[in-house]
Amino acid sequence: MPVPQPGSTDPAVIRNFCIIAHIDHGKSTLADRMLQQTGVVDDRSMRAQYLDRMDIERERGITIKSQAVRLPFSADDGGDYVLNMIDTPGHVDFTYEVSRSLAACEGAVLLVDAAQGIEAQTLANLYLALENDLTIIPVLNKIDLPAAQPEKYAAELAHIIGCSPDDVLKVSAKTGVGVHELLETIVREIPPPVGHADKPARAMIFDSVYDTYRGVITYIRVIDGHISTRERIQMMSTGAIHELLEVGVISPEPVPGKGLGVGEVGYLITGVKDVRQSRVGDTITSERKGATEALGGYRDPKPMVFSGLYPIDGSDYPELRDALDKLKLNDAALVYEPETSLALGFGFRCGFLGLLHMEIVRERLEREADLDLISTAPNVIYRVVLDDGGEIVVTNPSEFPTQKVSSIFEPIVKSTIILPSEFVGTVMELCQQRRGTLLGMDYLSEDRVEMRYTLPLAEIVFDFFDQLKSRTRGYASLDYDVTGEHEADLVKVDILLHGDPVDAFSAIVHRDKAMAYGTMMTAKLKELIPRQQFEVPIQAAIGSRVITRETIRAIRKDVLAKCYGGDITRKRKLLEKQKEGKKRMKMVGRVEVPQEAFIAALSTSDAPKK
Amino acid sequence: MYVHVPFCASRCGYCDFNTYTATELGDSVRRDRFHEVLAAEIAHATRSRPQETRPVDTVFVGGGTPTLLGATGLAAVLDAIRDELGLAADAEVTTEANPDSVDPALLEDLRSAGYTRISLGMQSSSPAVLRVLDRTHSPGASVRAAKDARRAGFDHVNLDLIYGTPGETDDDLRRSLDDVMESGVDHVSAYALIVEDGTPLARRVRSGEVPRPDDDVAAERYGIVDSMLSEAGMAWYEVSNWARPGGECRHNLGYWHDDDWWGIGPGAHSHVGGRRWWNVKHPRTYAERVAVGESPEQDGEQLSAEERRMEGIMLGMRLAEGLGASGLDTETVRELESDGLVELTGDRVVLTFRGRLLADAVIRRLVD
Repeated sequence: MPVPQPGSTDPAVIRNFCIIAHIDHGKSTLADRMLQQTGVVDDRSMRAQYLDRMDIERERGITIKSQAVRLPFSADDGGDYVLNMIDTPGHVDFTYEVSRSLAACEGAVLLVDAAQGIEAQTLANLYLALENDLTIIPVLNKIDLPAAQPEKYAAELAHIIGCSPDDVLKVSAKTGVGVHELLETIVREIPPPVGHADKPARAMIFDSVYDTYRGVITYIRVIDGHISTRERIQMMSTGAIHELLEVGVISPEPVPGKGLGVGEVGYLITGVKDVRQSRVGDTITSERKGATEALGGYRDPKPMVFSGLYPIDGSDYPELRDALDKLKLNDAALVYEPETSLALGFGFRCGFLGLLHMEIVRERLEREADLDLISTAPNVIYRVVLDDGGEIVVTNPSEFPTQKVSSIFEPIVKSTIILPSEFVGTVMELCQQRRGTLLGMDYLSEDRVEMRYTLPLAEIVFDFFDQLKSRTRGYASLDYDVTGEHEADLVKVDILLHGDPVDAFSAIVHRDKAMAYGTMMTAKLKELIPRQQFEVPIQAAIGSRVITRETIRAIRKDVLAKCYGGDITRKRKLLEKQKEGKKRMKMVGRVEVPQEAFIAALSTSDAPKK
Repeated sequence: MYVHVPFCASRCGYCDFNTYTATELGDSVRRDRFHEVLAAEIAHATRSRPQETRPVDTVFVGGGTPTLLGATGLAAVLDAIRDELGLAADAEVTTEANPDSVDPALLEDLRSAGYTRISLGMQSSSPAVLRVLDRTHSPGASVRAAKDARRAGFDHVNLDLIYGTPGETDDDLRRSLDDVMESGVDHVSAYALIVEDGTPLARRVRSGEVPRPDDDVAAERYGIVDSMLSEAGMAWYEVSNWARPGGECRHNLGYWHDDDWWGIGPGAHSHVGGRRWWNVKHPRTYAERVAVGESPEQDGEQLSAEERRMEGIMLGMRLAEGLGASGLDTETVRELESDGLVELTGDRVVLTFRGRLLADAVIRRLVD
């Protein structure tokens, strides 16, 4: 039998699948092993973790951008199959992207570390896969590890997905044990794609990546019809028409071809330069005799978390702007606009899908553009209904209305926390403190519990993950998805220095937490701001009402006792240096504050690490 | 003219001056012949800059411990100055001295050699404070030495005090000041203890053995010094200096008035007509240079107009006579006045008491 060619592959021999796994559970290693065992990559050119292209991903061991690899596979039944492995982003914040990757598949490999068991994000993605009616193949990885407990975690997986523990495959991606069996299972269990070859073309975009040389590379899964070169295509969400410059498959390098048919997965290039013109979830059809109805599930990316990003060296502002403009080409979810802060100078107010997205953006800006940045404490998006019935959306504490408001709504998330049962009490306490509502709790195994909570997103944004980790000695995992909004008693707390508000420290918090925030911030600033020639009150206030106060005592002595002949040159140089240093001081009213003090105050309340 | 004598019998833990003990120097430098090296530099300097020579108004021999040169050595240095440049009839000639390195005979010899003023490093009357400072003299030695000096014919005697030493109490300081008053001197220099990098004291502070001196405490103590001395008839004439009328140190006033001076000896700084330069620091290198007739100058700088302006403010503002208002930014002076840091006396801008303690901040605002 001839090897099936792209563009003319019988859907019956295609198996589209993804791997659902937690960070470090070995997804990339397994993907590498599959590339090797199917022969698309030889051992010598095997680059460890071939599929993760970006440095950051490699360092963090996570996959941000999914890609799709076509693996020809000759199965034991004698058939020649085409396996399309679709890589999925492995983290909260990218739930929508994950859902689109899953929608491109008929099956999913649920990969779990045999020494650790399932984690919250994996569980959340598993539920997502089940909602998409995907066939699930449960696999325990790292069975070669001495700490592996395959029986325990096979029972756990069987319990979660409702299968027999014997159905759970056991592999070692590192040694290759069980990988062939897994490939066979994929062929056997996952159904082939079904579509109408004679209907107008419809293909779903599940990823879109900007490449400096090629422009945007769009990854698609063909549902109906055929996408061919030499035709023009249309983006159904916008109606935009694009020239098709190239269509092909990745195996594992791009291989241009004549087209893609029903059930096939590949890429196309149209020459557009911005991923916003080729949006994840959108449906592509042919310009001529195109489909009239788009595939369901498209959604505009919606930023949920906002933060100010500032260059530490103010003169880097143009570089930051250029870097954001460049990054935007590859990140459809990133939004930003210029912002000026009294404390931090010129910067940008940026909107992100979530905390991880924020950190990735910041890291990429720092790394790729070699910038030193400081970010203000992140806040969520608020909907404020005014007394006069008017409504405003607040993405920055500075936009919080001063007039009377009738109600304020904040985003809420549904969260899943998986943790050892011994920590249930302390985590319940944490969730309670963070205004959480318990939705349910299940024992995954004897000593592992899944808890489900509704929580305000703002509470998660504010060091929740750090707290969770420290309370569970790092054993808990967390996943959440924004599900809606609720009304809450929120206030804006301003921090005043000698009576003048410092914009970068204003925060919107729940009324019950205003005092705690005020106390924390004023105490911190008291430590960081040098004493002045006069007494400086630091206050936290809601509107005009001061809720807490600290005082920086006036400096009493600022004079070198001695100044004689030998000291003069040295003392003048010191004076010149201080004069230079003064230029870098920020003036808040009459108070001189070193930029470093603002930066330190923001850094210590920095976004939680994953 | 300033003359630097880089020797000490022992090293004090807080001191970062350019000075060395006999053990540190070994045989490389002969202390008993060092006055010859100094005299040689004076001769060399005079010959190499003939256009800048004129009779000397003030001489200040500092250190180190100049009295380690002995009365003969110190007399020889002064003779060299007299021979090469000439000494004004009413010249002020000061030497520093350690209370335990002087006796009545030495003082009489110095007086007859032409010295007119003695500056003694008393530091404190408290034995505990002297121990923290590694001072070897006994608490009563300074007062005794000051009295001896007056008896030997010195009208002008200074005692140096250090306040704010860890462990010092307000009462310790008051007792020291009482002793100062009792000794009948006409001049006091009082300095807040500074922990200088690289000194044994800095190490002891870092290791936690000695608490770090507190600026607020120092401010408090400065107030004690100022009020007790003013009550006793000694007025401040520079941030750290108090004197009876006529007892001001003319040599040091020269620094703050930005006058010209020559510095002789290792590491000594000079200032002539907007040029500053300084000698190599180590006594051996210094002596070697002088021995072969080379200038011991290590480096120097020509001051720009802006630098001279800065220095003028930096130095002059420290004085009780203050600075002329016309040379300063009117707006800044007005602000400083309303902040209570300076006051206008005629057309002079003078630090207030609070302003003296914040003099560096005042200077920063004035040079901006």
